[in-house]
Amino acid sequence: MMSTAFDVSLTGIQPAKPTVSSQPEIARGDAFVKLENVALTYGRGEHRVHALDATDLSIERGDFVALVGPSGCGKSTILKLVTGLLRATSGYVFVGGRELGAEPIRVGMAFQNPTLLPWLKLRENVMLPLKIVPPFRQEYRSKRKTEFRDRIEALLEQVGLKGFSDKYPWQLSGGMLQRASLCRALVHEPQLLMLDEPFGALDQFTREELWSIMQSLWMTRRPTVLLVTHDLKEAAYLANRICVMQARPGRIISESVVSFPRPRTIAMSYDPEFAALTQRLRELIFDTRPTTTEAQQ
Amino acid sequence: MNQQLRRHIASAAVIIGFFVAWELLCIMFGIKDIVLPRPSEILITLWSRLPAIMPHAVQTLYTTLVGFALGIVFGVLLGAMVGSSRLAYDVAYPLLIGFSSIPKVAVVPIFVLWFGAGTVPAVLTAMILCIFPIVVNVATGLATTEPELEDVMRALKASRLDILLNVGLPRAMPYFFASLKVAVTQAFVGTVIAETVASNRGIGNLMMIASSSFDVPLVFAGLLVLAVLGVGLYVIFSFIEVRVTGWALRKDEFALGQ
Repeated sequence: MMSTAFDVSLTGIQPAKPTVSSQPEIARGDAFVKLENVALTYGRGEHRVHALDATDLSIERGDFVALVGPSGCGKSTILKLVTGLLRATSGYVFVGGRELGAEPIRVGMAFQNPTLLPWLKLRENVMLPLKIVPPFRQEYRSKRKTEFRDRIEALLEQVGLKGFSDKYPWQLSGGMLQRASLCRALVHEPQLLMLDEPFGALDQFTREELWSIMQSLWMTRRPTVLLVTHDLKEAAYLANRICVMQARPGRIISESVVSFPRPRTIAMSYDPEFAALTQRLRELIFDTRPTTTEAQQ
Repeated sequence: MNQQLRRHIASAAVIIGFFVAWELLCIMFGIKDIVLPRPSEILITLWSRLPAIMPHAVQTLYTTLVGFALGIVFGVLLGAMVGSSRLAYDVAYPLLIGFSSIPKVAVVPIFVLWFGAGTVPAVLTAMILCIFPIVVNVATGLATTEPELEDVMRALKASRLDILLNVGLPRAMPYFFASLKVAVTQAFVGTVIAETVASNRGIGNLMMIASSSFDVPLVFAGLLVLAVLGVGLYVIFSFIEVRVTGWALRKDEFALGQ
């Protein structure tokens, strides 16, 4: 039944073209997130680091895309570019069909560490986006004890944190904090959800449980998701499309479509098709790694 | 609980023992009042002259608190500036360190020249003495805020003010309260210095007059009043500190108490 469960298509390696076109058009088709020829360089002179080399990427609205690759390949850089935490050295980043910053798109972000504010209770931590992001910001004072509070209790219950909203972060385990962090990323109904290895620091059981929670959250809310991870199984389990990246200079070398039916289960991940997909991805990443002699130079 | 009570009793016993030893040593070696009065004499003097001492104590407390309040306001503002801007940091730090190196006694006559003798120079001296630890601590607290916490806010497109109010300042609170405990005692020092040099009221002035008439027990009574006031304010701020910044101490009382 899963004969053509995946197909791997190489997009080909493009040379760096730091050209800046004169005037970008405003409308960009259907792609919700679009990176056009985006490059990013840190530092100057001898300390220049090419974090990202002329990269193109487009993500449809409501899609779930995973970025995988060796460490230091610029996965997180792409995430930060799309979120606006970093500015591209050249090229264009479009979110919602416009250049970044033109229109406020609600973005949710979860990091590798839970990064909850230690002085706030779990409820107040999860409520933080509602305090900051319009249009919730305007209603924060009037609704924080009623509607917003109920919404957060419901969300916490959905991730298995019912009854913990009055606890402080230091009273909870790492897995619980990461759940709360996911809630915080989702509470303001973001059109765009950025996940920067949010399950990386967890034990395997918690991780698999959170994958399933993440999947059901995505299926019910359908935000556009960009997931950065170095766990190929995670990428294959969660994403619709997997982009493999190469390091130094960072660029996307291959895109694979994952077409396992949803909701996917952990049992599926032991399926031969699934294993073949992760094995294929592993080989792609292995092939692109610089050899030891190269790395020593 | 029982152990905690025993600890309190032990520490109280040592403190009382210190005064008892002082008393006994003075009697044993026949030390005169004019050199070092006995604690009992100081207490008797304090009690019998209380009506005369009281207005001075109130004056000193008032001056100190006003100076301290001003110190907090300007200290936090300056600290927020220094801690969140590279330029302000580079400009303000050398100035601050230079300024805090000046002996404050030397500044009092200038204040007197500008504002006349009395309460104003004392308030200002208290303020400038307590401002330095506050600025340094608030700035340190802001500067050491984890970038990840700021990224959370920046991903939400929060303004710099939002980040300061929701992440920076709460994060700096433990540093701020640590500095308050130092600052409040410094404010007392500032007030008394100014009162000693140029004022006709306050404990500093009282001690000045008492020592010039060799009324040494009264001088020590003045010192006792200052010490009690200082300890009292310290205790108050420690209490507030636990309430506000318990998250940093991970106190269970903080988590349970409202």
